[in-house]
This record gives sequence, C-alpha cells and structure tokens, in this order.
Amino acid sequence: MKRHLISAADLTRDDAVLILDTAEEMARVADRPIKKLPTLRGLTVVNLFFEDSTRTRISFEAAAKRLSADVINFSAKGSSVSKGESLKDTALTLEAMGADAVVIRHHASGAPYRLATSGWIDSAVVNAGDGTHEHPTQALLDAFTMRRRLVGRDAGLGKDLNGRRITIVGDVLHSRVARSNVQLLHTLGAEVTVVAPPTLVPIGVESWPCEVSYSLDDVLPKSDAVMMLRVQRERMNAAFFPTEREYSRRYGLDGDRMAKMPEHAIVMHPGPMNRGMEITAEVADSDRCTAVEQVANGVSTRMAVLYLLLGGSEPAVTTTSTPRIEESK
Amino acid sequence: MSKILIRGAKVLGGEAQDVLIDGETIAEVGQNLSAEGATVIEAEGQVLLPGLVDLHTHLREPGREDSETVLTGTRAAASGGYTAVFAMANTFPVADTAGVVEQVWRLGKESGYCDVQPIGAVTVGLEGKQLSELGAMHDSAARVTVFSDDGKCVDDAVIMRRALEYVKAFGGVVAQHAQEPRLTEGAQMNEGVVSAELGLGGWPAVAEESIIARDVLLAEHVGSRVHICHLSTAGSVEIVRWAKSRGIDVTAEVTPHHLLLTDELVRSYNAVYKVNPPLRTERDVMALREALADGTIDIVATDHAPHPHEDKDCEWAAAAMGMVGLETALSVVQQTMVETGLLDWAGIAERMSFAPARIGGLDNHGRPVSAGEPANLTLVDTSYRGVVDPAHFASRSRNTPYEGRELPGRVTHTFLRGRATVVDGKLA
Repeated sequence: MKRHLISAADLTRDDAVLILDTAEEMARVADRPIKKLPTLRGLTVVNLFFEDSTRTRISFEAAAKRLSADVINFSAKGSSVSKGESLKDTALTLEAMGADAVVIRHHASGAPYRLATSGWIDSAVVNAGDGTHEHPTQALLDAFTMRRRLVGRDAGLGKDLNGRRITIVGDVLHSRVARSNVQLLHTLGAEVTVVAPPTLVPIGVESWPCEVSYSLDDVLPKSDAVMMLRVQRERMNAAFFPTEREYSRRYGLDGDRMAKMPEHAIVMHPGPMNRGMEITAEVADSDRCTAVEQVANGVSTRMAVLYLLLGGSEPAVTTTSTPRIEESK
Repeated sequence: MSKILIRGAKVLGGEAQDVLIDGETIAEVGQNLSAEGATVIEAEGQVLLPGLVDLHTHLREPGREDSETVLTGTRAAASGGYTAVFAMANTFPVADTAGVVEQVWRLGKESGYCDVQPIGAVTVGLEGKQLSELGAMHDSAARVTVFSDDGKCVDDAVIMRRALEYVKAFGGVVAQHAQEPRLTEGAQMNEGVVSAELGLGGWPAVAEESIIARDVLLAEHVGSRVHICHLSTAGSVEIVRWAKSRGIDVTAEVTPHHLLLTDELVRSYNAVYKVNPPLRTERDVMALREALADGTIDIVATDHAPHPHEDKDCEWAAAAMGMVGLETALSVVQQTMVETGLLDWAGIAERMSFAPARIGGLDNHGRPVSAGEPANLTLVDTSYRGVVDPAHFASRSRNTPYEGRELPGRVTHTFLRGRATVVDGKLA
C-alpha cells in the first residue's frame, strides 16, 4: 500500500481489490454491538476542509473514530486560513501538532498532491476531493457498492468488476467523482461510458479509458450500473445547457428511463441529490437506488483506506480470523 | 574610456575576427588587430552577437519591488546578454501616464546595466475602456513607441481599432496580449488532454487565435502595424503566416519557454510551470520552432515575469502566472533552435537583437557588429554546458522552470556602449 491516496489512478488492480476486501471486513465490524476497533489508537487524523462538505467530513470522522484514532477537524472557515494563511503554513502547523494523516478537501485541483509532495509535512495525505480533479475515496466506495450489488458480498471478495458496464451521467466536466470513477473502474476491469451533453464533457476526454455518449437512452439498456452525477443549477447561467427542464428531459433519470435498464442494474448517486433535476423522486426512492447504501459503505471504505495507510501491517480485525486479507496481500 | 580588444570571436557565428572597442563605439573589425593600449579578451571559439534586445520584460517597479526592481531586473538582463529591455506597463501604478513611464525610464538610466525602454499602457489602468494619453507618453522623455496592455487583452474591437489607428501619428505600435477574456474565465492551463485529466480550467488555443485573427484583419483595415505578444499555438502561427502572405503589417514574438516546455509538466501541479499564455503541447512547440526559423515569428521575447516565492509555493489555482526568463533565454534558444539546426547564430542575432530593436524603434541597439556602430555586444561561450541554479540569478525572483535542467551556452561578457556589464560570466 502507498503512503498517500491522491488519485484513483495511483492504485493498481491489486491495491484496489485489497481496499475493497478490507472494507468488507470493516463493514462486518459495523454489524457488531460495539462498532469500534483499537487499530489506530494513539494516532491523529486531521480533517482539513477548505470547502464545506459535511457529508464527506463526518464520513471520514466516523471512519477514523471507529478505528480509535484521535480526530481533529480543521475547517478553513473561521480559522487562520480565512485570514489568508497559505496552504503551506497550515500544513506546517498540522505537522507541528503531530498529525499522522491529513484528510484534505480543497477547492483547488492538485492541492492534496502539493501537500503530499512539497516536503511540507511527513504525514499520510488522503484526498477527500480536490477542485474538479479527483475524489478517490468516493470512487472506492462506489466500486465497493457495485461489487456488492453486482458480484455479491461474499462472492465478491478478491474479485474486481471485470466486464461490468458502468454508465456515468451528468456534469463530467466539473466532476471529480467522474474522474476518479473512470480511472478506478477501468483499473478494476469495468467498461465505462460517460454520458453528458457535449458542453459538459471535457475537451481532451478522448484520452480517458472510457466511451463517450451524448444519448442516455441509447446507453441505459446496456448498463449494469448507472451513476447519476449532481448537476448544479447554476451551470445553466454559463450556457452549459439551456434550462433545467431541458437538461432533465434529456439527461435526467425518471421511472420510464429506469425501466429501460436491465433488471439487475442499479442506480447510484454520490449525493447530495438534486431531486427533479438529474433524478426524480421515484427513482431516488426506489429499491434500485443505492444512494443511502453508498453513504454507509463510505464509512467502511474510508476505514479501510485509513487502516491500510496508517496501520496496515497488522490484521484489521483481530477477534475473528481474517484469512482473506492475508491472502490478498 | 579605454580600449577593449575582443580577440578571435566568431562574429555572428561566422569567421573568427578581432573587434576593437574604443570608448562607446566599435572602432574596427578585422584580422590581427593591434592590441596596443587595449584590454584584451581572448574569445577564441566564442560567438560574438549584437547586444540582445528584449521586447517583453516585466521589471515590476513601481509597485512590486518585492519581486523585481529596475536595478535587479536590468542586472538579470545584462547577465543574460541583453543591452536593452522594454519594460511592460502592468506596474502599480500602471504605466499609463507620462509621469510613470518617465519614472521607469529614469530608473533605467540610473541602473547602468542595460537600457530600459518603457512600454505604455494602451488603456487607462489596463481596463480596456479608455485610451491612455498615448501621445503624451510618446512625447515624454521616455519616447514611448510600443503600447501594450500586456497581462490583459485589449478585447474591445473598437478600442483596439482606435489604438491601432491613433499611434500611426507618431510611428507607434500596439503589442497585443491575445486572450479572449470570456473563453478564458477561470483558465489555469492549456485546454486539452492534460487539463481534462487534472481537472484544471482550460485556456483554449482558440482564445488566442480568434483575437490574433481579428487583430490582423483590423490592422489591415486601418493600415496599421500590430505586434503579437507571446504567440503560443500552432493555429496562431498559421494565422500570422496567412496575414504576412497577404501583406498585413504584423510582427510576432515567441517566448523561450514556449519553444521548450509543454503542458505535460503541469502534471506535477508545481506552479513554477504556471504561465500565461499557458504551456501548450508538443505539436505547438514544434510549430513555434519552425515558425521562428522561417520568419513567420519575428523575434524571441522573454516575458520575464518575476514573482516572489510565496506566490508560487502554493496550490496551483492560487499561484501567480509567469516565469523569469532573462538569464536563461539565450541558452534555451541555443538548445531549441541552434542545436536542432533550425537557425544559425546570424539567425539568432536577427531574432534576438536586430528585429526586436527594429520593431520597438530603438535606433542604437540591434546594430551590425561593424566599425562606427555603438559597442553593444554579447559574447557567448556556446560550448558551455551547465545546470541551472536559480541561487545564482541576478534577478530578485527565482521562479524559473529550468531549475536543475542542463542547458547549453553561457554569456561571458556583455558590453553596453563599450562598458562591460558582465565580465567572465559575472556582473561587473
């Protein structure tokens, strides 16, 4: 396992499968009466959030706490950062306080990479979303969710997503979730198609390991999972699409469209959902939609990531045998 | 002033000759000149060029003396072999009045390392709305003939048209920073394969090309000349080539970094590679080299843009755009143009001295190396190979993209009107 998790592209197939398998072990812990492991006792995890994201922050916080780490939440708002402190000085401060891992969310693409590679700090760095670049733990929890649903909870252990057809729909241009997912799903052997209006597909997408389609209806029948990305209504003002309604009609997922998907296929959403925009309430609340499950899986996956980055030499779960983790190493 | 004999240098890369400097002037050029009463510089194997002229330098004074001053910037220029630089107008306050351009001009005089020719802002405050007093700047002691809002594009077509027309009255030229502002909102790097992966806002080639296309047509329509700053794309080359073939009075510059570096470097998220216009692709780099060789692009200009360390030692989006370039320009050009066989040293003299002086209207720079001419000269050890160490820069700033890179060539001597500003590679 590597020292940092910056980009989904940094993970090999075996790295990714190890994380997913470890996350399954972590998920078992969540089913116990006491959900806590002593694994990271005495270590300090800092959640360094330059951007508001309560969901991601509490997910990382829950993950670290279940591993018995001490958690410090450092939010840019109301801190010295809002008074103009540089990323470097913030990093030096955290280093001085003895952070073992820094989970960073930043509005600037590449900020976690800079934090990890500039020699400012020695701690492990986990990218919790940077600008429009990447959000690798989101991709991991999505892959975890897909493997469980499409391969099976136990049957999936040690396996990847070979041959599964995954469709990612929406604002690909501005989406770090899409970038990380395309990379990771490709690594895991899935066949990825991104679907969006041409205005929301980046120039240069031809180098991505995926197909591009402008027609959701064409792709739906050939999808094992359909991931709907959040589309900000403000994009309309920059002429990325004419109106909310037109976007919704052409690229939104409603009940009729969902019916075109194969029976086993699932609907995913990283949240928060814009109900009525990219997804209707009917779809969001259906059994096929995994949005809530993804949140739960997020904690297990982030536990696995923190555990493997910070304490990975010991088995994650000591009270039961963990042969699968040993094997997959 | 004493006499200096430069012995055995290859003048413009040609035949080895002796050059005798007497006072401020070249007294004699020939074989076996008498060294009597002269300090002798043994220059065998070295190349003697006319003093380099940079049409595009940011000296930062007044206003950002933490990154560069006229003194430190001209010291950097002399180190790089330059005897004249044009100082861009985007200072604080902006060089949009006779008062500011005269201040910069006076500071240049006092520095003594290199002549400083101020550039005047086209519009008040670089805001693109109202023409600055262009005539007053021309009539001032600074004798401004080049006008530019560099850093910003004169994007309003009517303002650009009027500026092109207006400066004809006194032989001025507008140097355009070609960047369509709406197409580059939030732009962080070249738009293409790398920006798609890195999730950085794209600066598309078309934002440069569309403005160049418009401006050459405007120049044709009003019968003016226009100069294009830091041309950076293959498409821009094609437009300028077309314009020249049509007889439009357009000149263009390319920076050394656009001749060597590509947007692949941005993958490091190291802001030292952040520059405007951005680093482009390999294909663009090759097109720019070819265009500089065939004369479509007239000159090399550094766009020397000093920034303090803290403005680069940060996340990409927060970093300032620009690179220092005066002290590495000739080496980069040697590597990309001479060692590739695209240009000989006479070609370099044309593109880094004669032509920029001509475009900017400097009479006493960019002159032939012959008797009776001002002794503005640069002596280059072209066989030298060295690793760039910014700690040795004369510039106050260190934001070079070449740190740790091996580059060829070294300026051993620079003479400004007969006075050595650089001796044996060190500032005099």
